[in-house]
Amino acid sequence: MTFRWAFAIGLLLIPGGLVAWGADADLGLHLKTLQAVGPQGAGHREAAQAARAAAQAAPAQLPQILAAMDGANPIALNWLAGVAEAVAQRAPGPKAVPVQQLESFLADTKHSPRGRRLAYELIANVDQTAESRLIPKLLNDPSLELRRDAVALALANAAKAEAKEDQVVSYRAALRAARDQDQIKTASDAIKKLGGTVDLPLHYGFLQTWKIIGPFDNIDDKGWDVAYPPEETIDLKAKYAGQKGEVGWIETTTSDESGIVDLTKVLDKHKGAIAYAYAEFISDKDQEVEFRFATWNANKLWLNGELLTANHIYHANMPFDQYVGRGTLRKGKNSILLKIAQNEQTEMWAQTWSFHLRVCDAVGTAVLSQDRPSATSAAVPRTVR
Amino acid sequence: MNRILAIVASIMLLTHFSAADWRQFRGTDQTSVSADGQIPTTFDAKTGENIAWKAPLVGKGASGPIVVGDRVFVTASSGAVTQNRLHVLAFDTASGEQVWKRDFWATGRCFHHPMSANAAPTPASDGQRIFAFYSSSDLVCLDLDGNLLWYRGLGHDYPKAGNDVGMSSSPVVVGSTVVVQVESQGDSFAAGLDVETGETRWRIQRPNAANWASPGALQTKDGKELVLLTCGKGLTAHDPLTGEQQWNYDVGCAGISSVTTKGSRIYLPANGLTVLDSEGSAPAVAWESNKVAPGNASPVVDGEKVYGLRGSVLACGKAQDGESLWEKRLKGAFWATPVVAGGHIYCVNQEGQCFVVKLDEEGQIVATNEIGESVLGSPAVAGDALYIRGEKHLIKVAKK
Repeated sequence: MTFRWAFAIGLLLIPGGLVAWGADADLGLHLKTLQAVGPQGAGHREAAQAARAAAQAAPAQLPQILAAMDGANPIALNWLAGVAEAVAQRAPGPKAVPVQQLESFLADTKHSPRGRRLAYELIANVDQTAESRLIPKLLNDPSLELRRDAVALALANAAKAEAKEDQVVSYRAALRAARDQDQIKTASDAIKKLGGTVDLPLHYGFLQTWKIIGPFDNIDDKGWDVAYPPEETIDLKAKYAGQKGEVGWIETTTSDESGIVDLTKVLDKHKGAIAYAYAEFISDKDQEVEFRFATWNANKLWLNGELLTANHIYHANMPFDQYVGRGTLRKGKNSILLKIAQNEQTEMWAQTWSFHLRVCDAVGTAVLSQDRPSATSAAVPRTVR
Repeated sequence: MNRILAIVASIMLLTHFSAADWRQFRGTDQTSVSADGQIPTTFDAKTGENIAWKAPLVGKGASGPIVVGDRVFVTASSGAVTQNRLHVLAFDTASGEQVWKRDFWATGRCFHHPMSANAAPTPASDGQRIFAFYSSSDLVCLDLDGNLLWYRGLGHDYPKAGNDVGMSSSPVVVGSTVVVQVESQGDSFAAGLDVETGETRWRIQRPNAANWASPGALQTKDGKELVLLTCGKGLTAHDPLTGEQQWNYDVGCAGISSVTTKGSRIYLPANGLTVLDSEGSAPAVAWESNKVAPGNASPVVDGEKVYGLRGSVLACGKAQDGESLWEKRLKGAFWATPVVAGGHIYCVNQEGQCFVVKLDEEGQIVATNEIGESVLGSPAVAGDALYIRGEKHLIKVAKK
């Protein structure tokens, strides 16, 4: 037996098959090339070659491919996912998929949420017990997809509980973990049906109290680029020349479960008009947050005078979390300013002039102002307050 | 010698596959007509009558299936409300067995109407590759075996691209370019990408207005291929390699139904139906008609006749001059463009009923078939089979 043969057989006998027959020694280089893919097609030619080569890796190398998803940009994540699935498909049988290593990968929340999700799916493809064994432990997982599956399971189990009290407790546990609107609604509706109460604006982190001013002129959409006084300075006692006369700040608090502020109720119906909504937010620390909001109307959002996002779009639906502005709250008082522009479309569906806005972290967990009045705030986890 | 024989055999095989393929939205030539398909006129997905197989699908999809060789490809999307998980699925045409499935994550805006899905555009193929496009403007290129060839996050590159009731424009392959049309109040553009590398060959600004129509292709009399783009401001023709505009025709085009071509004739959903002739330069009007005007579905053209489905009324006219021949009232709401095969037209409504109309002098409704689930995507025809993408299943209609 030559040394080469002895070495090859030795590789095959290594427990766990991490350096199994067919393993690609250059895989690390290929994965780096895939990680380097950028927007506008940057790095595509090199990545196309690397993807072809990486797809020939051994199934035992799947954890290495998934680990390359850590910190990868959204486009590179998809290149890597495509490679991982191709490698898994080439596995000669379920036993070739390194389930144990993938479970270890899944358990380590330092890895990319999407890499961990893919690890779970690769396990579930070859192990029918994966869902019942693994998902219940993932109720508060940083991967929204894994969390969603766990919440779905929790909701199903809550419905099966025999005692009403047990049902309420289970639904509340599911609600605390839920971040997707449909699951939050399912849990909330069930709790209410069982006689309980739910503070949905608190769960979502909707701002409910606003100062509103307007209307300012937006005939022919000309107000979109005009910096009216609230964009220059916030003086809540000031009066300004508005579209139809003098205007001043009006405080309003919405009791809508989705935190919707209807500007036609605060300011009356106006066409070709602009309103500003202002709120203060007390943060207990410097922290990065997301301002998620929705409106049928064109809009701009500022945090402490910095423009976070502008969307010159009229009447294109108002889905939940439609727009996202990312910014950093500073410790103490922060100012949030929204510009909501209405155009002059006459269709019935184009009359809505409203918005809602919430503050949350990257997975949608509410971040609440320190001065938020809430009778139920003590009942929710610290992460939500 | 063996190598030469293998190459010849491959070419013959490819030619055979090509003839029976249905490679993009409304078929390889986008006329929605199968030259040789003989499909059963009666079938029932509930009883199994003339159903060759019925395969379960993951997630949702308003996209239609395409067929390349012995595989049928479907896109789907799943996940939380916005459906940011994207799927491409391949099935064996003979058995209905799922051959492979690939999963990705959307990089652009995923919002859509609850009735629709992120997987709304129908995928396209050049016979060697699959181009799966989504409302989120993600464009995935895979080979026929599911190997990722390239991935473009056009919604990541242009994050304001998207209409929050959902986008649905399907890609089209013209020569070696895959063309996408992404038109919204936010980022709005059309782009031509190299089928081999996914690199952008051209990108042109489009009007900032919602538009769901798909691009078309026109073969001019001198054999040149052009990309056709429609929107509320008109029809434009572009070089597929450079995107350079060749000519334009000013007319307000429909925002949902798409342009159809047959030879050098253009059937444009505008002012009812506007039919143009192009010799390679700016086109001239051949005729206009409100009688065969399309609604959500696109015009269907078999050369002799043109069919328009508006509301629930199917109309037939002469392709030559637009003379109205007959109208038939069907039932329900239609999103899918009908298909013609074996002397019949198959019209599938949203509720999952397929009306089969004989293409004789009167347009006789010969059958109303139950699919058993909602259908939004346009069916595909390949060989003697009709492939329907239902809400939950991919269904092959064929004699067993």
